[in-house]
Amino acid sequence: MTGSVIRIVLPPHLRTLAQVRDEVKLEVEGRVTQRSVLDALEARYPMLRGTIRDQVTQQRRPFLRFFACEEDLSHEPPDAPLPPSVASGAEPLIVLGAIAGG
Amino acid sequence: MSKVRVLVGTRKGAFVLMSDGKRKQWDVSGPHFGGWEIYHLKGSPVDPDRLYASQSTGWHGQVIQRSNDGGKTWEPVDNKFTYDGVPGTHQWYDGTAHPWEFKRVWHLEPSLTDPDTVYAGVEDAALFRSADGGQSWQELSGLRGHGTGPKWQPGAGGLCLHTIILDPSDPQRIFIAISAAGAFRTDDGGKSWKAINQGLHSQYIPDPNAEVGHCVHHIAMHPSRPGVLFMQKHWDVMRSDNAGDSWQEVSGNLPTDFGFAIDVHAHEPETLYVVPIKSDSEHYPLEGKLRVYRSRTGGNEWEALTKGLPQSDCYVNVLRDAMAVDKLDKCGVYFGTTGGQVYASADAGDNWDPIVRDLPAVLSVEVQTLS
Repeated sequence: MTGSVIRIVLPPHLRTLAQVRDEVKLEVEGRVTQRSVLDALEARYPMLRGTIRDQVTQQRRPFLRFFACEEDLSHEPPDAPLPPSVASGAEPLIVLGAIAGG
Repeated sequence: MSKVRVLVGTRKGAFVLMSDGKRKQWDVSGPHFGGWEIYHLKGSPVDPDRLYASQSTGWHGQVIQRSNDGGKTWEPVDNKFTYDGVPGTHQWYDGTAHPWEFKRVWHLEPSLTDPDTVYAGVEDAALFRSADGGQSWQELSGLRGHGTGPKWQPGAGGLCLHTIILDPSDPQRIFIAISAAGAFRTDDGGKSWKAINQGLHSQYIPDPNAEVGHCVHHIAMHPSRPGVLFMQKHWDVMRSDNAGDSWQEVSGNLPTDFGFAIDVHAHEPETLYVVPIKSDSEHYPLEGKLRVYRSRTGGNEWEALTKGLPQSDCYVNVLRDAMAVDKLDKCGVYFGTTGGQVYASADAGDNWDPIVRDLPAVLSVEVQTLS
């Protein structure tokens, strides 16, 4: 069975680290959730392990957010299904760094 | 002809500076890992082109980078630092028990004999080792398991293990320092550790002579005399002639003995360098004058080195890992500031020049002498 092709937009530092220029397209087997997408992302790009979620606790890093379809999905359970338009590849899952500085 | 490579870690990336043995003209490359905090980068003594770098941000956590070509190209290696067993607790600022949580790598110390072995000092304080070039990390948990661990408290910068010194005469002996727990030594390769803080006196803890709780800022050793250690404590410059078993103050005539950085001349084991900082509430030099102080007597008698350094309106800091020496003759001395300058002296401190200006705040400086 062929999985879903998911689009992910990474923040600039992680695009540099993973050596990708644009959004990432990944095939995800089974249910499309935050966890399954991040598992697939880290499998393809091992250098991203620990940079989006803690390697031990698997908790989202506090200064990052997950947006899709104009919704903040950051506080959704990691095994909750992502919106159908993300699962179909119509919309990307956006990993966003919190704005900070001065 | 000899070359010198200076590795500079900053708040916004790493920079690599190259010069020939004259140390007059410098080629600057970088930023590497632009936008990331580079707490430290250091080369292997046995393979100088093997470098390790600690890269982190508050957004994305810790990354470890490795170079096999002297910093031209880099590859990320493993960044999983998992405390051994049940992490337990240390004291939090308010005195409550706080679970050990990994935050970042402060210092990377490559092995003296094997380019694939490297030690990492981390916050919350622990010592890790990789024996496969950074592909995996294991904690030397005997340190954190020291009976005093639950009493350790963070300094203002966090509970960080920032100093790792490998004894060139005894591969089983390692010295480390933690803010604000103090200094520790192992004589069995990291299985067991001894607090080596006798003689330290710190007014800012309830028992000024306690076994642990001292805010050690940095320790330096000359490789020809591994039993002699020099320490810049929060306040006080200290010396030990018995591998840390006891310490004596050697602040002598320093105008202030608060500071962070300390190092030893490459060829004169009794010649030391410190950068006095006004106080722990004013992290800048006295009177706006950036002065390195040199002792040629192993402490107590100090002279100000000012030629080429700003002597008015200078309010930068020099952090603990931001001073290093080369091995040329005459010995070169280097330090970086929070104002983004790296100063160098090619004559053991008599004269100074900025070899780069306007970098982001400098966190660390290491020097490699290449033949």
